[in-house]
Amino acid sequence: MDQALSLNLPKLTSRRILWNEIVSDVLVRFFALIPLSALAFIMYMIVRKGAGTITWHFLTQMPLNGMTEGGIFPCIFGTLAITLMMILMALPLGVAAAIYLTEFSGHGMFFRVIRAAVNNLAGVPSIVFGLFGVGFFILFVGRNLDHVLKTGMLFGQPCMLWAAATLAVLVLPVIIVSTEEALNAVPQSQRSASLALGATKWQTIWNVVLPQARGGILTGAILSISRGAGETAPILFTGCAYFLPRLPVVHLFGVIPIVNPFDQFMELSYHIFIMATQSLDAVKTLPIQYGTTLVLISLTFLLNLTAIVFRIHFRKKMGTVSI
Amino acid sequence: MDHKLFKKDVRFGEWLIQKLLLVAGISSMLIIALIFVFLFKEAVRFFGTANPLDLIGKWTYDDWEGHYVFKMMWQSISEVPKYSLLPLICGSFLVAFPATIISGVLGIGCAIYLSELAPPRVREILKPTLELLAGIPSVVIGFVMLAFIATFAQNIFHTKFRLNAFVGSLGVALAVLPIMITIAEDAMRAVPKELRDASYALGATKWQTVWGTVVPAAVSGISAAIILGFGRALGETMIVLMATGNAALVTGNIFSSVRTMTANIAAELGSVAQGSEHYYALFLVGAVLFTFTFGLNLVSELVLNKMRQKLRM
Amino acid sequence: MKTSRMVVRGALVLALAAMIPTAFAAKNITVKGSDTIVVMGQKWAEVYMQKHPEAAIQVTGGGSGVGIAALINGTTDIANASRKIKTSEMDKAKAAGYYPEEFKVAMDSLAIVANAANPIKELSLKQIQGIYMGNINNWNEVGGPNQPILRYCRESSSGTYTFLKEQVLKNKDYAADCQTMPGTSAIANAVSKDPNGIGYGGAAYYIKQPGVKILSVKKDDKSPAINPVKADGTLDYEAAWSGTYPIWRYLYMYTGFKPKGEIKAYLDWILSPEGQKIVEEIGYVPLPLKK
Repeated sequence: MDQALSLNLPKLTSRRILWNEIVSDVLVRFFALIPLSALAFIMYMIVRKGAGTITWHFLTQMPLNGMTEGGIFPCIFGTLAITLMMILMALPLGVAAAIYLTEFSGHGMFFRVIRAAVNNLAGVPSIVFGLFGVGFFILFVGRNLDHVLKTGMLFGQPCMLWAAATLAVLVLPVIIVSTEEALNAVPQSQRSASLALGATKWQTIWNVVLPQARGGILTGAILSISRGAGETAPILFTGCAYFLPRLPVVHLFGVIPIVNPFDQFMELSYHIFIMATQSLDAVKTLPIQYGTTLVLISLTFLLNLTAIVFRIHFRKKMGTVSI
Repeated sequence: MDHKLFKKDVRFGEWLIQKLLLVAGISSMLIIALIFVFLFKEAVRFFGTANPLDLIGKWTYDDWEGHYVFKMMWQSISEVPKYSLLPLICGSFLVAFPATIISGVLGIGCAIYLSELAPPRVREILKPTLELLAGIPSVVIGFVMLAFIATFAQNIFHTKFRLNAFVGSLGVALAVLPIMITIAEDAMRAVPKELRDASYALGATKWQTVWGTVVPAAVSGISAAIILGFGRALGETMIVLMATGNAALVTGNIFSSVRTMTANIAAELGSVAQGSEHYYALFLVGAVLFTFTFGLNLVSELVLNKMRQKLRM
Repeated sequence: MKTSRMVVRGALVLALAAMIPTAFAAKNITVKGSDTIVVMGQKWAEVYMQKHPEAAIQVTGGGSGVGIAALINGTTDIANASRKIKTSEMDKAKAAGYYPEEFKVAMDSLAIVANAANPIKELSLKQIQGIYMGNINNWNEVGGPNQPILRYCRESSSGTYTFLKEQVLKNKDYAADCQTMPGTSAIANAVSKDPNGIGYGGAAYYIKQPGVKILSVKKDDKSPAINPVKADGTLDYEAAWSGTYPIWRYLYMYTGFKPKGEIKAYLDWILSPEGQKIVEEIGYVPLPLKK
């Protein structure tokens, strides 16, 4: 309809309007191409220069010779460990908060204040989270815990625990907002039906609402993992290590290896940063740097793509087709 | 009796769960409040040892000039530490303004394309692409700026500084572009079809309708997108740390090397002693940054809420 | 789902509880501190552990200040530092019951660099001071082309920043338009692409960087210009040892007490020719062998 109209109209109008039409059209199409080509450019550069570095050896070995050779396994390990720890902290809290907000709180003052606060938290610069992590988690909570528990310097120094906690605060709004959206997408009529059948409010949430919202919640979780994996500023001072000769692993009872939350860790995005600015031999490490960038970007792309596929699948199931 | 017990049990469980969820809701808010309180608590202690005027500049004896000079600089390691916020604020805005203008123009164009022109098939490709673009870690964009774009830009503009505010703002523009497009496009799609039809019925062309009807109707959403984008641009850290050169200068030249508030914190927090004046000064910078971004977010939130209310009517 | 989550949480709590004793149970040598030394420290540990399989040495970075703080708090046996311990830190350590012992383990020549296309070959300490303080702003003031000087330096949290400020700038402030880079290789990269740039940092970072030129430095107007690097591209150890190249520093290790047992054996080995050979391999200046 729209198109038919717009195709017929220019004939009736002056040349200036026609000119205006063409310029606008071309300009807007050109603008739409820019984000696409920027993405293509970045991807092309990184894949072209980084693909040659990626070998099984590169992905599974420790760095050697002052990080000028060898692999980046500790960085991959650190990234996975810290995002896992982050999501374990943020997901239960965020989902519970979102359930309370949508299902219990009503739309009163409390709801509006939290809503505004959550939205605002999403816009707080990531370096401010870093400041908060150092000042609050490490120096305030950590030092005081050490003081009370007489644990020396166990809690009061940068480590994986506090880095994960800092990232968890950072992704909390992502999780709350996406969970809320998922919960709100479940039709009110279904809740009413369940309640009418005699189910309690929680039974309704657990058996009717949550199963349908699961896809949306999962999408949010994946997106926040992707965000957490890519952030550098919040972990700069809360636990990242320039170089560690070993994995941050401790042997429980001397046998069972588990991630040591009190250890520092190497991490992909931080590794890219130090490779770009603090490498011992910048020429020799350039391939490592491109390789690391490619690994990180593949990881975040994979996570984002999974989230996109999930969402399409989930929305189709819910009956809305728009992306 | 069993029945009764069961009911009581259930009721207790309900009560407990509701309270637990309430605790989660409250603690989420508490964390947010904590960031606020903690940042400002530490920031205020800066004034325990320092003069508020220090935040603008300090009269310092200059050996070269041979007399006292009012120096507006950030020089934390010095016999006379200088903590002027002016160069940092200057740097932050010098990066964020051009970034917002660039991403604003591109973003609105892109949003118009997506909401008014793009066939569904193209939308299906373009929207996920934007999400992927949003998913690129900022340290990667910073690295690309440093490795490829900086020299390229210098060759074009022949600037004195190879790493400068403009190079940083290009990277930041790329980083905030996706969120701007998303919000602006949402606003345009929310414009009722009736308005467009009315415009066509009056004889307007496609683009007269877009520029004369759709964009004005969505203007609050578009401005919200711009304000929010500006806030994000102020808060970007890794890109500016790597690409702007970090010279703490008070300048209005976008081709000058600048140091933003974010980069300053990232560069200096490393080995600062807890409880020192320098430590509190960095928290003060953080608090100022927080206040700016919080204010911008709030304004954009209010604008968006108003638009939603208007459209619901 | 509920149970699995409970299991996960339970395991986490258990793990946290179990971690506290295990963290203390580790009875080996821990080394912590300066990122400048961490790579070399790691290499030392690697080679030493190959020769002495019974030893277990852990090396981590974090910065000179972090290492010394850990020493004072008793969480590390050895602290690496690219600067001397401060009086305030010494006092804190004594208050905590420690008597830090200092070991000079290597030397580091700091190079002043310019772009390879810059015809300038040497600068005096006074000229370097003038350039970094912002009093000399054009290369023609020091015998170069008529081009503005672009100053690159490290950020203030770096030991190198403090070193240059104390030794060359005589504690005066850096010029406001110094571009502070987050690392020495970032400076190397910037100077290599910037025809008017000047930078500084550990000489090892610049030897292999194409596009930059390591400048010779004159102590004063009368003394000869000395380059920290020999014509064959290797570090000139003699120049640093004799002090004819004026900008160099020691790299330190600190222990909480007079070292004995395993720690003493390790430190002795580091100071031995074998340990000093690794200093050369990494790209720093070894200690002069004859005292």
